[in-house]
Amino acid sequence: MLKVVVCVKAVPDPKEAHKIKIDPATKTLTRAEVPLVLNLLDKNAMELALLLKEQLDANITVLSMGPPAAGNIVKECLALGANQGFLLSDRAFGGADAYATAYTLAKGIEKIGEFDLIICGMASSDGSTEWVGPEMAAFLKVPVVTRVNEIVEFGGEWWKVKASLENGYRLMRVKLPAVFTVTRELNTPRTLSFSGIIKARKKEITLWDLHELGVPEETVGQKGSPTIVSSLATVNSKRIAEIITGTKEEKAEQLVQKLSDAGVI
Amino acid sequence: MNKQFGSVWVIAEQIDCRILPVSLQLIGQARKLATELNTSVETVILGDQMDKRVQQLFAAGADKVYLGNAPELAFYKPEMYTEMIVKLAKEHQPEIMLIGSTSMGTELAPLVAARLGTGLTAHCIDLIIDDNKILEQRIPAYGGLISIICPEKRPQMATIASGVFPHPELDESRTGEIIHLEIPHEIPLRVQTLKIVREEPGGVPLESAPIVVAGGAGAGDIEGWRIIAGLSETLNAALGSTRPAVDEGWTELETMIGQSGKMVSPELYIGVGLSGELQHMVGIVGAKVMVAINNDAKAPVFEQVDYGIVNDCREFVPMLIEKIKEYQEKKITC
Repeated sequence: MLKVVVCVKAVPDPKEAHKIKIDPATKTLTRAEVPLVLNLLDKNAMELALLLKEQLDANITVLSMGPPAAGNIVKECLALGANQGFLLSDRAFGGADAYATAYTLAKGIEKIGEFDLIICGMASSDGSTEWVGPEMAAFLKVPVVTRVNEIVEFGGEWWKVKASLENGYRLMRVKLPAVFTVTRELNTPRTLSFSGIIKARKKEITLWDLHELGVPEETVGQKGSPTIVSSLATVNSKRIAEIITGTKEEKAEQLVQKLSDAGVI
Repeated sequence: MNKQFGSVWVIAEQIDCRILPVSLQLIGQARKLATELNTSVETVILGDQMDKRVQQLFAAGADKVYLGNAPELAFYKPEMYTEMIVKLAKEHQPEIMLIGSTSMGTELAPLVAARLGTGLTAHCIDLIIDDNKILEQRIPAYGGLISIICPEKRPQMATIASGVFPHPELDESRTGEIIHLEIPHEIPLRVQTLKIVREEPGGVPLESAPIVVAGGAGAGDIEGWRIIAGLSETLNAALGSTRPAVDEGWTELETMIGQSGKMVSPELYIGVGLSGELQHMVGIVGAKVMVAINNDAKAPVFEQVDYGIVNDCREFVPMLIEKIKEYQEKKITC
């Protein structure tokens, strides 16, 4: 049986994430009630796991680290068809950078047990670093292929995958167990089905805190993070728009005139 | 009690023996950082038949080059490249390590950082040495800039996109020391590159286009996106995008402008249906004239451009295309 672990992240809904801003006066983040959703690219990771489950004898474990509310996205993955879900949640995990996040997830995976394939989205919409997948691979001492956009050969000990490059791709041969980070081009994620939601109601999420994970407090969260945010700043733009008014046609004519005067068209 | 700092390192990258521009740009910036720390600039380059190319690294500002030169190193090999860089860094303890945010750099940097147990900042748009002689790594976030530091662990690592820092003036008279690296054996090769395929991108390249039209979430759907693409075609411009447009699947990642995408410096920039998130706007460097079209008069983009049109872009852009065509015809007949 192919043991697949999908790592997912609860991120502020990208449609509302702009509400979280830097306050120009206090230089701190303004609090805003932005709902947490399943990171977009993690849906592609989940879809790959489900396709593998349909074609091979596979078992899917979903793993996330986050606040208790992140349990909802683990539930969502169970409803999509994952077999079991784990949430690493503890105040001590808070404030983690990519390094501490990857380390904590790697410890979670070690505790879950053996695995053949770990899949995660290439990046999260809030962090956008692309670090967690490869750093996890380094901690677990397994190979990684980032930006996977096509599975060419699968099922055996060695898989073939394509990974996107600037203006092209690389064809990779990789030995399992391994970590893949995936792009949007890989597949089209399915949507939740009603029967899936009903079935998922019976499935339990396993919650692990610091104690249950069994790692020293100084290795996780902010304490385990090599990087910190030292300051926040607002930016003053050197430009301010002259708003062109009038009817649609007048606006278009005026704009063309101004661009012509500036010699740029 | 002057503290002695380790060197500033740049992990350079080559494709088909050609050193990438971003590597030279980073050496230029490394030179500035090294001057403030009173230390040297060192570069690692792995490839094949690179002997003749090393001079470029010196000309850009490197004092020392660690050269891995062997047929096995011609293409990026994740495990071997990681092993060689990790071993070298443990031996020489650099203060700072900079890597281009290319697809190789974006995979290699976290592999190296995790093995060295140090921090790594993604897609920085500025790097400065602060009063405590620590590297302040700036990235756009939350409508402003945040500074990230790695106070204790070394090296302080960052990735930076091409075009963030200018090309250094090449001084061909500069030389330096070349240290030849041994190719390690007994490295597990559990991940192998079988083939690399590069496709020639079609259309006007974003980085050098005189006119850039960029579209965002305001396009609404693929139909709206085609309207924006139509404006770009009319102006013979390069079509760029924001992350939401890429995430929606209207366009490819290669068209994304900004912190984790491409840097552009056109004569004319027209942002259509985008709000003006700093992650996108930092990618427009020194445009002569900037225009925004957005239906929300409060969108931050209007504080960052020269001319603003408050209008639904799907309604306005077809009219603009018509007027531009009239103008173009008149210009030809005159």
